[in-house]
Amino acid sequence: MRGATHARWAVCAVAVALTATACGGGGDSGGGGASGIVSASWGDPQNPLEPANTNEVQGGKVLDMLFRGLKRYDPKTGEAQDMLAEKIDTTDSTNFTITVKDGWTFSNGEAVTAKSFVDAWNYGADLRNNQRNAYFFGYIEGYDKIHPDSGEPTTKTLSGLKVTGERTFTVKLSQKFSTWPETLGYSAFAPLPQAFFSDHDSWLAKPVGNGPYAVDSYSRGSQMSLRKWDDYPGSDKAQNGGVDLKVYTDNNTAYTDLTAGNLDLVDDVPASQLKNVKADLGDRYINTPAGIIQTLAFPFYDDAWNGPNGEKLRTGLSRAINRQQITDTIFQKTRTPAKDWTSPVLGEDGGFSDTLCGDACDYNPTEAKKLVAEGGGIPGGSMRVSYNADTGSHKDWVDAVCNSINNALGNDRACVGNPIGTFADFRNQITQSKMPGPFRAGWQMDYPLIQNFLQPLYYTNASSNDGKWTNDEFDKLVDQANAESDTAKAVETFKQAEEVVRDQMAAIPLWYQNGSAGYSTRISNVKLNPFSVPVYDEIKVN
Amino acid sequence: MGRYVIRRLLQMIPVFFGATLLIFLMVNVMGDPIAGLCGQRQCDPATAAQLRKEFGLDKPVWQQYLTYMGHVFTGDFGTAFNGQPVTELMASAFPVTIRLTIVAICFEIIIGITLGVLTGLRRGRPIDTTILLLTLVVISVPTFVTGLLLQLLLGVEWGIIKPAVSPEAPFNELLIPGLVLASVSLAYVTRLTRTSIAENARSDYVRTAKAKGLPRRRVITRHLLRNSLIPVVTFIGTDIGALMGGAIVTERIFNIHGVGYQLYQGIVRQNTQTVVGFVTVLVLVFLLANLIVDLLYAVLDPRIRYA
Amino acid sequence: MPEPRYDDDGAIASTGAGGAMDLATSEGETLERTPGGPLGTGPEGKPRSLWSDAWRDLRRNPVFIISGLIIVFLVIISIWPSLIASGNPLQCDLAKAQQGSQPGAPFGYNGQGCDVYTRVVYGARTSVTVGVCATLGVALLGSVLGGLAGFFGDGWDSILSRLTDIFFGIPVILGGLVLLSVVSSTTVWPVVGFMVLLGWPQISRIARGSVITAKQNDYVQAARALGASNSRLLLRHIAPNAVAPVIVVATIALGTFISLEATLSYLGAGLKPPTVSWGIDISSASPYIRNAPHMLLWPAGALAITVLAFIMLGDAVRDALDPKLR
Repeated sequence: MRGATHARWAVCAVAVALTATACGGGGDSGGGGASGIVSASWGDPQNPLEPANTNEVQGGKVLDMLFRGLKRYDPKTGEAQDMLAEKIDTTDSTNFTITVKDGWTFSNGEAVTAKSFVDAWNYGADLRNNQRNAYFFGYIEGYDKIHPDSGEPTTKTLSGLKVTGERTFTVKLSQKFSTWPETLGYSAFAPLPQAFFSDHDSWLAKPVGNGPYAVDSYSRGSQMSLRKWDDYPGSDKAQNGGVDLKVYTDNNTAYTDLTAGNLDLVDDVPASQLKNVKADLGDRYINTPAGIIQTLAFPFYDDAWNGPNGEKLRTGLSRAINRQQITDTIFQKTRTPAKDWTSPVLGEDGGFSDTLCGDACDYNPTEAKKLVAEGGGIPGGSMRVSYNADTGSHKDWVDAVCNSINNALGNDRACVGNPIGTFADFRNQITQSKMPGPFRAGWQMDYPLIQNFLQPLYYTNASSNDGKWTNDEFDKLVDQANAESDTAKAVETFKQAEEVVRDQMAAIPLWYQNGSAGYSTRISNVKLNPFSVPVYDEIKVN
Repeated sequence: MGRYVIRRLLQMIPVFFGATLLIFLMVNVMGDPIAGLCGQRQCDPATAAQLRKEFGLDKPVWQQYLTYMGHVFTGDFGTAFNGQPVTELMASAFPVTIRLTIVAICFEIIIGITLGVLTGLRRGRPIDTTILLLTLVVISVPTFVTGLLLQLLLGVEWGIIKPAVSPEAPFNELLIPGLVLASVSLAYVTRLTRTSIAENARSDYVRTAKAKGLPRRRVITRHLLRNSLIPVVTFIGTDIGALMGGAIVTERIFNIHGVGYQLYQGIVRQNTQTVVGFVTVLVLVFLLANLIVDLLYAVLDPRIRYA
Repeated sequence: MPEPRYDDDGAIASTGAGGAMDLATSEGETLERTPGGPLGTGPEGKPRSLWSDAWRDLRRNPVFIISGLIIVFLVIISIWPSLIASGNPLQCDLAKAQQGSQPGAPFGYNGQGCDVYTRVVYGARTSVTVGVCATLGVALLGSVLGGLAGFFGDGWDSILSRLTDIFFGIPVILGGLVLLSVVSSTTVWPVVGFMVLLGWPQISRIARGSVITAKQNDYVQAARALGASNSRLLLRHIAPNAVAPVIVVATIALGTFISLEATLSYLGAGLKPPTVSWGIDISSASPYIRNAPHMLLWPAGALAITVLAFIMLGDAVRDALDPKLR
């Protein structure tokens, strides 16, 4: 029978396919990781894992394990401390002489020299290399030649960088910037080995750095295995055998996997699971302040939001938001109602103040209603608060903020959330000045300085001034503060500038975000640094 | 037969180009992806322009499409924004999704056909009505609700399965996700088999077989089942393509790093190259599955001959 | 070797089982048995149409009665939701977030402290609108294109069939994610538009098949011989006899469209507030399934019942219109 023969053929083909794919599967998928190894949740980094090309937390986590720069932010206090820098000298806040410590090498044995830094920075600044964080080198002289606003770069090196010895180099800035050395803990300033330049593709497939861990294997999009580098010369040697970072499609699944015992560490416990944390994890849950603030920004390019009494309208809206209730209910106290425009991790000395916003951030429906009316009412009678709907639980809090405003104003259509499907589209609408109303703005600090919370966000035409707010007095005060060589005085001047932000309500501060993490019984000594990234090297496996 | 296959293959060419062009245009409607690459900052214009140039986004759409298709024929599906070649993503994603699809198809065949035969032979009895109603319920509840409920109950509350699938995604971890993925099709297979069996049970050849005293089992397996399964086989065949492309929801719930996950990621990051590349392969799978099903049809039903 | 018994396309099986997409319905079942003849003869010997026969059947079918009643109820509350829900679906008090069933709020409150019962009632309008409008659009576009392809055959048929294949090749959920993720409208029309755009091939294939069958009937040949124009042939003779399978598949598809809207909302690309929709509510409740399952189960239940009602209706209609199964 012809049919039967064919059918048998088909069965064989299926059987072959089955075994083939089964073999392809292979590998050990057991439990929470091998002995001494921490398995932790991860998200797929958005950009290639180059130091000057990584601008989000997921890639940042890896760089933090793989690299050590001239400075390192203390995992506890956030203070910038010398790491590879023996000394950084300056007399005029413009010319710096940097000496690299002796005895450091990359995990492939190559010594870390002044050249390792200068080459890496030149690479990062060069327009031809498409580095997303190139602007970090913008203060160095010659940046406009290697990274022109239009046209091709005319040079391959920053003229402000000069190697003067095996372990020394000089940096010339294009303007005075007294606290510039403090920014050097950012991963964009990490040194790079020669292998990065000579065989770039294989470096990307298996990055080599000078940090406490070395990459053992990396299958992009699913898992990276980092192992302790035994010959690491620094004092912060890894306390565990290694870390396996596993990519999860969403953080709810990661949390579920943690409770099922298949994962050791989740560093972003979703808001929806916070109620279960006590029952599931007991005290294996940490919740520590991080340098992140959430705000609502306004489209100042739209006359409706920039009217003569606009600051009353905006302050009124700020007072219509019941921050305490939202942080308690939606975020289960993992966020703290904002009292200023910076972050508690800066500390009082660093410029944080819990009284700066004062009444303007206090919930008071009566006052709110009055102020909004004095400010001319909500433009068009109804506003849409935009946010990107692809990640995070923004929908929950935007809806809650809108409900709070609606209840305060007694109008159930005064405010409504406007989800935007993709982050790229959200950013496009911002950069093209097309936002229909207030929109979500969040700021995670690059380095723990009050300058980083104000200048990039509110200075005229600054890179993250998404609302295009502009105020001469604010700009003047920031310029003054930057030129100030005395840190305490500089901080005071920045705070004066922040008061201008308050009086104009340039953005509504909502809450400070904490870092939260849950972990399994297999590990201990889990901490989060002020950037809400776990301090992997200190984790101990029981 | 040969001429028929050649004609079908020729017909596939315009469909292939049409479908890829369609998806290419759709992804382009989404707008400029570069702004999403610079975090909470505005990309500096020079870097943005440079990136656009690198990904070919500075050219008009028709030119982008032609360049892309030109590359595809040399086996180059472009590069994702994280610098990884799309072919590499495919190599890691397709085996996972193929395993998931195999599990789903097995469920369709084993459970779907069994239930279909059972109900088809007992038309109108309580068991028939019950199963029929059950299939309707399965069709009515959206897959993501079924998936979330099963994950919660079996994975979290009772601890029977792993709530999330590990990156290697071996067969045993894919059982429940496969069942969820198959659920709706499974219900259709049941209903299809049932109608087909019921119809054929009244046909002359079955009556003849019974009349000449063949045992009931032999009548069912040799005569009834073989002829009734023809439409079922075609359904399952064409379902392969749909299952592979429709796994977005299931893969998301169970943390499976397959095609659906890559597509979702690609869409959220507006990564044209990833989305178009994966859809191109899916369209090919869909077209080939249809062709194979049609040929299988001729094999199973000797009355049909292709010229 | 004899020529294939089917049309020149040769796509016998894929025509028959084309419903493999997510919009899949049981048209696979339907097409195998396209009703052929327009006339039946009743027991009294009086000629009766397929339609009156079907109606007689339906009236006695409990499945039809139950699903019909549910649908009538749904339509009524879609038009006047305040009949059974006095609250305001947009009025929410965060202090009541996630609270369970209690007097005044039989279904409890959702994560924002909105009354779940009120939102479930008001959500019916969105789902019914999306389902009905998408089905009408798909049926219209699909039967026009499919009918033309089937009637004119040859070149037209080849082009339209390839076009159908092209749209069939795009995975539906994927297309929805891509097309809807950048839409900023708060109405249901983009969602409906997308469903029509990617849903028509399914109906088109069915319509094409049944027009081809109807075209070969003697009375059509006779009318053509008598010099009837193409439009008269199509509208007066073919369409009435080819429409039954389209109706069957469209009814079942209605349910799947409603379900698809919810799935898209779950993936973050469906409707937008202040539209009240089951899909949006299920989506925002899904992370809380462990602690507050009521927030998910009520809208999901309402959705399932609605989809079930339409699929059961389609099932009953198919049984009634399919003379072979009597």
